[in-house]
Amino acid sequence: MRKRALLPQLLTYLAVLILVVVTLAPLVWLFIMSISSTPDLTALPLHWLPDHTDLSRYARLLTIEAHSAGEEFVYALRNSLLAALSATAIALLAGIPAAYSFSRFQGRMSLLYTVLGTYMMPPVAFILPLYFVFAWFGLLNSVAALTIVYCTILLPFVTWLLKANFDAVPLEIEEAARIDGVRLFGLLRHITLPIAKAGVGTATLFAVLLAWDEFFYALLYTSDIRSKTLPVAIADFAAGRATDYGLISAAGVLAALPPVVIAFYLQKSLIAGLATGGVKG
Amino acid sequence: MRSTGAERQAWALLVPLLAIMAVVTSYPLVNTVRLSLTDARLTGRQAAVNWIGLENFGFVFTDPDFGAAFIRTLHFTFVSVGAEILIGVLVALLLNREFAGRAIVRALLVLPLALPTIVNAIMWRLIYNPEFGSWNALLLKLGLIDAYRSWLGETGTAMNMVILADVWKNYPLVTLIVLAALQTIPRELYEAAAIDGAGAWVRFWKVTFPHILGPLTVALILRMIDAFKVFDIMYVMTRGGPADATKTVSFFVYQESFAYLRAGSGASYALVVALASGVMIAIYITMLRRQGRTA
Repeated sequence: MRKRALLPQLLTYLAVLILVVVTLAPLVWLFIMSISSTPDLTALPLHWLPDHTDLSRYARLLTIEAHSAGEEFVYALRNSLLAALSATAIALLAGIPAAYSFSRFQGRMSLLYTVLGTYMMPPVAFILPLYFVFAWFGLLNSVAALTIVYCTILLPFVTWLLKANFDAVPLEIEEAARIDGVRLFGLLRHITLPIAKAGVGTATLFAVLLAWDEFFYALLYTSDIRSKTLPVAIADFAAGRATDYGLISAAGVLAALPPVVIAFYLQKSLIAGLATGGVKG
Repeated sequence: MRSTGAERQAWALLVPLLAIMAVVTSYPLVNTVRLSLTDARLTGRQAAVNWIGLENFGFVFTDPDFGAAFIRTLHFTFVSVGAEILIGVLVALLLNREFAGRAIVRALLVLPLALPTIVNAIMWRLIYNPEFGSWNALLLKLGLIDAYRSWLGETGTAMNMVILADVWKNYPLVTLIVLAALQTIPRELYEAAAIDGAGAWVRFWKVTFPHILGPLTVALILRMIDAFKVFDIMYVMTRGGPADATKTVSFFVYQESFAYLRAGSGASYALVVALASGVMIAIYITMLRRQGRTA
C-alpha cells in the first residue's frame, strides 16, 4: 500500500477525536452528575469535576423504604423486568412457529409485510380501544396489561428477525430428517432451532431491549408502583417538585446499564436488528 | 409436495401469531375507526355514546391547532432526519478510513443507540438546565453567549434543542447501516477511478454514492417513520411547551384523549396520524419487497 500523506492522516485523527468527545461528553457528564454532591451541582460557575463525590443516590435508589425514591425505583425495576421478560416469552412462543411458516412455505408474503407494517404504526392508532378493554377487564395499572400491549411491538419484530434466520438454515438438512420420518414440530425443535440458536438469542435480546425502552403505553396504562416501569418512574423523578439532579442522573445511569451491556454484546448483529426499526422515537 | 397438507401446516403454525395480532392490533384499529365516529368520552361509566358520523373529521381538518402540530411534527421529522442522514454518512465515511482504534470508536457509537430514549431525554434536559446546566456553562466559557439562557423555555429554541438531543442519539443508526454498505464496495472501483484521474469529490459521487444509496434510503424512511410518531422525548424535555412550541401530533392526540378525555375526537385525530404514517410505511415495505426480489 502506498504511504499516506501526513496532513490527511492528521485531519482524520482530529475528526475522530471530535467524534469521540461529542459521543462521550454527555454520557460522562450524566455519570459525573450522579456522583456530585448537591452543592457541586448547583455551583456557579459550574464545577466540571465535583469537590465532593456523593455516592448516596445509588444506595438510596436501591434501598426499599416506604414512600421513598428507592421504593419507586426498585418496584419499577421489577415491573420493567417482568413486562419485558413475559412479553418476550410470548413473542418467542408465537413468533418461532410463525417465522418458520413464513420461511419454509411458499406464499403469504403479503401477510408477513402486513405484520411488519403494524409494528411500525404509531401507538396512537391503538391506545384508546386498548384503554377501554383494559378498563373493562380491570387490567389498568397492571404488568399484565403492559405484557399484552408489548406484544404489538415484540411479536412482529421477533417474527421478522427469525424468518431471516430460518431462511439461512439449509433445507437439505431438514429434507434428510424428513425422509427419516421426523414430523414438522420435530424438525423445528430438533433440527432448525438448534441450528438457528444464535439468531434466536439475538432476537430475544433485541425484544428485551425494545420492551425495556417502551414509554408511551406504560405512561398511559400505569399509575402507581404496582405497574410503573423504569422509564415512567424516571420521568416522574424528573417532573417532581423537589428535583434532585444527582438522583435523577443516578436513576438514568442504572436504567441505561442493562441495555448498554446487551447492546455491546450484540454489536455484530446490531445492524440487522436496527434496520428493522428497532429504535423507538 | 402434498400442497393442501403443506398449506394446512403453514397456516397452523401461524395460528398463535394471528390470534395475538387480531386481539392486540386488528381489534383496536377497527375500534379506533368506530370510536372516531362517536362522541365517546374516556371516563368510565358514561352517558350514552352517540353516533355523530364524520363530524369529528370536520374538526380535524379545520382545527388550526392540529394543523400547527402537524407542521411542527414535519419540522421535527425533516430537520432531525436530515441532520441524521448528513452526519451519519460523514461519520460512516470517517470510520471507513484506516486509523488506530477504529474498532473501539465504532463500538462507542453503539452507546447513544443503546441509551433508553427516556434517559437520553433526561440527560439532555439536565444539560440544557437554565440555571446550572453544562450547556450554558460551556457556551459561556467559549464566549458564544454572554448570559445563561433557558434553551428549552424559549419558543424560538426549544424545538431545535430537542432535535439536537434526538440527532445525537439516533444518527449512529445511519452510520452503522451506511458503514456496512461501504465495506461491500470493491477497492478496485476506487483504484480504477483514481487511474481515470477522478478526485475525491468525483469518486464519492461516482463510486461511493451509488453503492450506499439503497441502504441509505431504507435508513431514511425508517427514521422518518420513527420521527413522525415522536412523543417520549417531548414528554420529558418540554411537555409540548413552551406555548405548544414542541407539541407534535402524537402529543396532540395524547392530550385530546387522555387530558381532555375526548375519546371520540381523539380517535379521529389518531386516524389521521396513522394514515400519514401508513403512507410512509407503505413506501418502506414496497422498497423492502423490491430489494427482496433482486437479492
